[in-house]
Amino acid sequence: MSTDDIRGRLTGLSDSDVPLVIAVLAAVYAAYVLAGVAFGYGLRGQLNSIANLTFYVGVFGMLALALNLHWGYTGLFNIGVIGFMGIGVYVTAVVSKPPVAEAGAAQVGGFGLPLSVGIAAGVLAAAFFGLVVALPALRLRADYLAIVTVAFSEIVRFSLMSRTFQSFTAPDTIDVAVGGVQLFSVDPSVDTFGLGGGGGLILNYSDPLEALLRTLFLWDPYLGFVAFVERNYIPNNPKPVLDGLLYGALLLVAVGLFYLLLSRIGKSPFGRVLKAIREDEDAANALGKDTNRFKLTAFVLGAALMGLGGILWYSSRGSVTPPSFRPNITFFIWIALIIGGAGSNTGSVLGGAVFAGVLYEGPRYLKNLVETAFDLGDAPRSFGDAVAAFGSLDPVPFVTYTLDSVSQLRLVIMGLVLVWLMHNRPEGMLGHRKETASSVDLSRPDGAGAAGKQTATDGGDDR
Amino acid sequence: MSISETYVRYRRTLSEEPLTIGVALVALWMGWSLATGLATGGIRISSLAAYVWDGLLRGLIIGLAGIGLSMTYSILNFANFAHGDYLTGGAFAGMATSYLVAGIGEESVGSLLLVGAGGSVFGGALGIGITTAPVAVVLGAVVAGVAAIALALAVDRIAYRPIRGESGIALLITSIGVAFALRYLLQFVFGAGVRGTTAAGSVPRVSVPAVDGTFRVTAHDAALVVVAGGLMVGVHLLLQRTKLGKAMRAMSDNEDLAQITGIPTERVIRTTWIVGGGLTGIAGYMFVLWKGTLGFNDGWLLLLLVFAAVILGGIGSIYGAIGGGIVIGLTASVSVIWIPSEFGRAAAFMVMIVILLFKPEGIFSGRATA
Repeated sequence: MSTDDIRGRLTGLSDSDVPLVIAVLAAVYAAYVLAGVAFGYGLRGQLNSIANLTFYVGVFGMLALALNLHWGYTGLFNIGVIGFMGIGVYVTAVVSKPPVAEAGAAQVGGFGLPLSVGIAAGVLAAAFFGLVVALPALRLRADYLAIVTVAFSEIVRFSLMSRTFQSFTAPDTIDVAVGGVQLFSVDPSVDTFGLGGGGGLILNYSDPLEALLRTLFLWDPYLGFVAFVERNYIPNNPKPVLDGLLYGALLLVAVGLFYLLLSRIGKSPFGRVLKAIREDEDAANALGKDTNRFKLTAFVLGAALMGLGGILWYSSRGSVTPPSFRPNITFFIWIALIIGGAGSNTGSVLGGAVFAGVLYEGPRYLKNLVETAFDLGDAPRSFGDAVAAFGSLDPVPFVTYTLDSVSQLRLVIMGLVLVWLMHNRPEGMLGHRKETASSVDLSRPDGAGAAGKQTATDGGDDR
Repeated sequence: MSISETYVRYRRTLSEEPLTIGVALVALWMGWSLATGLATGGIRISSLAAYVWDGLLRGLIIGLAGIGLSMTYSILNFANFAHGDYLTGGAFAGMATSYLVAGIGEESVGSLLLVGAGGSVFGGALGIGITTAPVAVVLGAVVAGVAAIALALAVDRIAYRPIRGESGIALLITSIGVAFALRYLLQFVFGAGVRGTTAAGSVPRVSVPAVDGTFRVTAHDAALVVVAGGLMVGVHLLLQRTKLGKAMRAMSDNEDLAQITGIPTERVIRTTWIVGGGLTGIAGYMFVLWKGTLGFNDGWLLLLLVFAAVILGGIGSIYGAIGGGIVIGLTASVSVIWIPSEFGRAAAFMVMIVILLFKPEGIFSGRATA
């Protein structure tokens, strides 16, 4: 008994996987710094490159965690992630953008409320739409749910693009009257609001970073730090670089908070029911759990987290446009989750980091490395010109064309990686540590339970 | 009858009735606004006819592409997200052939084979069209079918067969990977630009009189109707007159049982890919010929509508796929009477979602009639 207990504790320790995550992150960062050295980056360039990498590690980690709640824990096949992200960002924008009269740069104004209110509204809106989708759709088979969610995310994108919602004019005064008796009259500061149509929205609210630091009374110390860096390390205008770094760091903190929240959920009785639903919904139902309710809660919570992830991804940019909300990003997040291993929170963070560092940003760095190492000249304009050069036994145009198309080829690589993973390691890097619904260790102590530990990647759903 | 039983029955009726009630309300409203629109002259009968014609043609393409998706969905038990990219692949291969046949000797073979990537050759200048270059078009359609078959078989061999026994979701995720790889490989080779492929100005057209005006029918419309209709009849005969249809039905019901009764399941699967892939490739070519533009995203953009058609018609039923395709096509086109035009596709998706929620086995009674 006691040896079993100790064994259990030991596996529990190695299951924490934190050293692995740190090692992988360190390796990715080291590779990027080395690449920066090869490019001859100065301090500014290095910091920029690190800030950029951190940003993507952060957002993909966060969104993979949110998706893990849907797929890894509950077995809900949601491929409409980008729809919830888009709703979060756009609602935040509409609520927080200043009215046109106050800041004339934008075509469409907003309600001009503080950014914190906007973010809260965005998250709530994402949760609300999560409820709208989930209420009817959760009864569906996994593959039907997939099609419904991806169709939903496309409907969201069409709505963002449409002229119908492009711009509304708010009335100058709103009279609240009951039975012909005017109670009071409101004069809203908002003049126009809307989703901006195909041109998107200019996010001309106060900079999120500045707003946060001002709230924490850290803005002046931060400016002092920026001035210090400007005097000693980076002579001209280091603020954008430092902003990027700080924002990346905040994203990593957000990833940590997501992780804590999801770990708490996973270990709670609520989380155990979710895992039971993933393994066998009928059995969970038979044990008296109202599985639909649990699934609904999990879906809404995940959708809210996706909304927040979307807000943190896009709201620090100068503008948002509907093409950013194509289904591709949903699939990026899925690939990140599958690389890391569905069902494992550490795996999700790890998958986000590996995806961002290797698959998402890596090919571009590789291209730059090759271009720095060899002077290959200009790339041919089309595939035909590139192949034609083979006639004169000159592979260089093909290589340059390939490098030039790296932004498309990385998607090919992602696709192939996904196929390879599904063939060879469907449980991902850490998915074999997927937490089971049971609170006690179910595997046989002699290791014969290895076969039993093989986890289904289908969320326990046979169809 | 106990209370709980009544309650269950009440719940059951409630879950089945909303469809009827909702559809009836929406239909009433649509009928009313259409009637008033027609009465007041807000909607012209001729433009309504033009929408219906456009939707019908769109539906034929969706249905043709849907047959293959429906068959593989029911037999292999997974939603193939790469299906749209088979369509694009077929369309590119077919158009490359058409360009080559129409333009050989005038333009460089490379630009022709790349379907004028980067604006090197223009379909309009080559006079691609069913009347101006019939040989090029027919050959193109054939090659499109063959190329899509080859693509479907190769993908099946590489990506799907090794994990044949896995769950539908594992295969679905794999197919998303395949779709990514195929789509962006096509972009890598053929470029990202959307190119015009036909000599749109020189396509013969007739004006069909409607009550208060005319709507246009082009030669490409006619070609599409002939090809799609012919292929659908052909598939119908193939599945009715040969044992293939029966074998496919047996497999979609219970693959293991089919196997022990002596049905060569792998061969049936291969035949399914051949039939489905061929139809999809030709659908892609006819789509591109009909709309006159070609881009690497075409198939992906059509895919969700094809899914909508297949689900609407009931997975596994080829008649369902055709009928569902026409319903979806009509929805996407005719809905602009009631809602802003940018929501045509959204309306088609909504129809699909409603069907999935209330009648997931499809509206055409859901019998697998393959």
